[in-house]
Amino acid sequence: MLLLGLFLLLGPARAQAFDSLVPRLGGSFAEQAEAVERLGALGDARALPLLQALADSRLLKLADGGVAVQQGSAVPEGASPVRINNRVRVALRGALGRLQLASPVAAQRLSAAEAILRNRSAEDIPALEAALAREQNAQVRERMELALGGSRLASADAAAKRAGIATLGASSSPEARNLLLASRAANAELGAEIDAAVAAIDRKLQLRQAAETFFQGLSLGSVLLLAALGLAVTFGVMGVINMAHGEFVMIGAYATVVVQEFCRNIPALQPWSLPLAIPVAFLVTAVIGAAMERGLIRHLYGRPLETLLLTFGVGMVLQQVVRLVFGAQNREVISPAWMMGTLVLPGGVTITQNRAWIILFALAVLLATLAAIRLTRFGLEMRAVVQNRRIAATMGIRTGRVDAMTFAFGSGIAGLAGVALSQIDNVSPNLGTGYIIDSFMVVVFGGVGSLMGTLIGAFTLGLVNKILEPYAGVVLAKVLLLVGIMLFIQRRPKGLFALKGRAADQ
Amino acid sequence: MMTRRIVLLVAVLLLALLPVLNALPSSNPLHVSDFLVSIIGKWICYAILALALDLAWGYAGILSLGHGAFFALGGYAIGMHLMRLIGPRGVYGHPVLPDFMVFLGYRELPWFWLGFDWFPFAFLMALVVPGLLALVVGYLAFRSRITGVYLSIITQALTYALMLAFFRNDMGFGGNNGFTDFKELLGLPLNSGTTRAILFYAALVSLVVVFLLCSALTRTKYGRVLTAIRDAESRVRFLGYSVTQHKLFVFVLSAMIAGLAGALYVPLVGIINPGEFSPGNSIEAVVWVAFGGRGTLVGAVLGAFSVNALKTWLTSVAPDLWLIALGCLFVAVPLLLPKGLVGLVRRRKGKA
Amino acid sequence: MMEPEALATMPHAISTQGLYLDGVTVAFDGFRALNNLSLIVEPGELRAVIGPNGAGKTTMMDCITGKTRPGSGIVKFGDRDLTRMDEASIANLGVGRKFQKPTVFDALTVFENLELALKAPRNPIACIRWVLRGEARARIEKTMQEIGLTARAHDLAGLLSHGQKQWLEIGMLLMQDPQLLLVDEPVAGMTDHETEQTAALLTGIAGERSVVVVEHDLEFVKALNSRVTVLHEGSVLSEGSITHVQNDPRVVEVYLGR
Repeated sequence: MLLLGLFLLLGPARAQAFDSLVPRLGGSFAEQAEAVERLGALGDARALPLLQALADSRLLKLADGGVAVQQGSAVPEGASPVRINNRVRVALRGALGRLQLASPVAAQRLSAAEAILRNRSAEDIPALEAALAREQNAQVRERMELALGGSRLASADAAAKRAGIATLGASSSPEARNLLLASRAANAELGAEIDAAVAAIDRKLQLRQAAETFFQGLSLGSVLLLAALGLAVTFGVMGVINMAHGEFVMIGAYATVVVQEFCRNIPALQPWSLPLAIPVAFLVTAVIGAAMERGLIRHLYGRPLETLLLTFGVGMVLQQVVRLVFGAQNREVISPAWMMGTLVLPGGVTITQNRAWIILFALAVLLATLAAIRLTRFGLEMRAVVQNRRIAATMGIRTGRVDAMTFAFGSGIAGLAGVALSQIDNVSPNLGTGYIIDSFMVVVFGGVGSLMGTLIGAFTLGLVNKILEPYAGVVLAKVLLLVGIMLFIQRRPKGLFALKGRAADQ
Repeated sequence: MMTRRIVLLVAVLLLALLPVLNALPSSNPLHVSDFLVSIIGKWICYAILALALDLAWGYAGILSLGHGAFFALGGYAIGMHLMRLIGPRGVYGHPVLPDFMVFLGYRELPWFWLGFDWFPFAFLMALVVPGLLALVVGYLAFRSRITGVYLSIITQALTYALMLAFFRNDMGFGGNNGFTDFKELLGLPLNSGTTRAILFYAALVSLVVVFLLCSALTRTKYGRVLTAIRDAESRVRFLGYSVTQHKLFVFVLSAMIAGLAGALYVPLVGIINPGEFSPGNSIEAVVWVAFGGRGTLVGAVLGAFSVNALKTWLTSVAPDLWLIALGCLFVAVPLLLPKGLVGLVRRRKGKA
Repeated sequence: MMEPEALATMPHAISTQGLYLDGVTVAFDGFRALNNLSLIVEPGELRAVIGPNGAGKTTMMDCITGKTRPGSGIVKFGDRDLTRMDEASIANLGVGRKFQKPTVFDALTVFENLELALKAPRNPIACIRWVLRGEARARIEKTMQEIGLTARAHDLAGLLSHGQKQWLEIGMLLMQDPQLLLVDEPVAGMTDHETEQTAALLTGIAGERSVVVVEHDLEFVKALNSRVTVLHEGSVLSEGSITHVQNDPRVVEVYLGR
């Protein structure tokens, strides 16, 4: 209340000061500099265009001694551009910064905060404090706080410095850390406080790092989940190791490419190409999968090793055919606008949009798979066949048809994985090879025939991989993971979630 | 039985004749080109690898999709020896360090390179290192009863992981480029025709020895235990045999034979790089055995020769089609030729 | 690992070791296949175990031979704790098992099947160095005569009929020279005459060795003329002579009465 009163009281006085200061912008360099500084300190938004014009040499000194901003390229008669020297320029920079802090445009306030941050000086402290009190935009606030901390640190007053250290210590940016470290030599007497503030920032940075690693792990995990899900279905239900699974994923990615190229000629469809690719990829791979099951695999039931070789051969053929048809080089896939860019979460954690979408997509596919297995007639028949093929057959279930549909279903999921992978990886004929071994590891780790196991296996492997990577490097992390899985299956030979209760065989 | 032996003997003698024909002047109609001798030398090494794989898969039912790793490790061991022998003849002229180490700024030889300048040690390592790896992996896998496709996947992951590891420069094995530019072996210059003939004979003799060894082994009671394990593993346990021990024994032996094949291969082709670890190589070896006829030693050798002959021919005539043909072979063999070429021949004989 | 090998090479001794099961419980997914099962088989005893489907007969065999680890309880052969040993070690201790479904090695001949089962050092090196000497050959030939397969010695086991496979498996069991024989439904698929022969064979073996026979066929069990244990829902329902068991009202209710 008191503060408001003070403002009301000062208001008219300020307006007077503004009006008297403006003409002096056309005076001598010394006068100009003083006027600029005082205008800046005044904080009246009307000064901003004037000072901006002065800085850009577009301020005109009129014949009547007043000043005006030049409109267009024409200079009115008797008017001449106001010239400035370096001293004025320096004053302008500070004043503009302070005035911009009060601007109604967020971007301007942000750039002002950045400008102050670059040449921190104690003079900016009051303006920054005032601006911060008003500021609503989180991003701008963050930069202003940084600028305030830096400016406080630059003041001569020890108390202000302490406040600056506290402000910087409360932030979580590496820049604040650098500012603190840079000021340490000049402020030996505040060393302990600076160190404490740096440590506080480090803790926050570590936390953010951990959050980002976690997200990367989730992202890798979701990719593994997508790639392994279909494998888990075919392996779990039919005991068939489909070595062509990686190629089905690759075909799903190429289906996306084809759909996108088709949509390119039809503007109305263009933004929908990715959603359209989902059913197309599913159907294409499902048909190939069903054909492979009916045409080839069916003849080899009970001979898992031969099936493995056969499916590997199919994979080879598919890969080479795609290479011959589409070429060996990478194909470009355009991400829709809503999948581009990055999200900034609280605490400064950044995640890329497309990866966030893939996590959601993977979970959606998992839920859809669960629903298909738990809720549909097909799922019921499939579960019956898993439990006892012979009895299921005597109950009138056409096991052959269930096999074909299961295989189609699992392959279709591989196609969906391909749609997702086309957004984050190069679409090339050997796209699938890079994922297949990891997805097998997921299935082995999670336990055959358990979608829950696949889910947990995928995310565990994804997370462990990303946690190990900074310490061990990409390759060693993979090797360590493999060794870890080998050791893990010593205790749980049937994986995390064994199909039967015999996992207790320890 | 006698006719089979005679056929095999004649085949070996024909192979042994190749370097002699190669030495004839090129105007002679019986002259055989360098290319043919070197490529058949390669096939002989592949045939040894196929025997190793057949011992594990055809007889004991262990389908390893990582035998290429044992082959490559054997090759790397000899490759290290060949690198040490280059000495100051390298591009950088360093008396001890191989070129890639000078290039990567090594100051001294890493400890695991010590001793490789001595041929017997390097040769021993070509057998011991694959054997040890097989021992560790096999122990972990067989002890926890990882069988069938699970084991295949684990072994495939193993060779994949090794490939990634060997691609790295800081592993100390030349990274991407591997080893090449070899100069000599056992005092013989590698680029001379005589040396090539000697290497060819070394491979051929090894093939014959390994073949006889495997054939003797499979005719012992141990061979029958392996067959029993392949067909009914748990029943063998109830008879009191430690399946882990028996599988481990054959797996390690097979890995060592694969290592030997790699050790013979590298001086012949003059290069080894991490590509040898690629899972595709291992699985290609599986198709040799499957095509020739697994569970028979002749089949493994026949398969290695015939599939590679097809590969050589197709990659020169229609390179794009080779992978499709190989894929079709994978598909066709289990469906149409479950017992391979040997099975086909036997069936013909049975009918006649 | 060496101990069982050493045992296997020991000359055959008359069984002095009994089988002792106490409080054995095995649960699969909450279902109790064995529920606090206790059973003692004396050295040299012939014991018949009967019970309806799902009574836990095969699971009991699995526990004794190391295929399944019980959740709780004691399984001992003599003074050896079988719950801590694997299948091979237990077999080498002198526990032989014949499966319900005959499993012989189809790709080996009858003779080779028996040779594999013959008691001898079991490690790989010993197998490689193994030479069939006169004594061992004589034992194999004698057993082949006993099981009536001499004429088919060099035929692949895969070519045998179901009954012949049963006999071959019994022969393999004998070749192991076990002190305890676990025989799961030995007469399934056999003719009446063969069934009689089998009963005679098993009663002949008992005394020297302990024998546990699991069977459905009551006529066969009567012919064995031994103590009978009735299993029901994973525990012992009744035990005694065949007449005692047949007159036990609880047995009548759950098994014979149906």
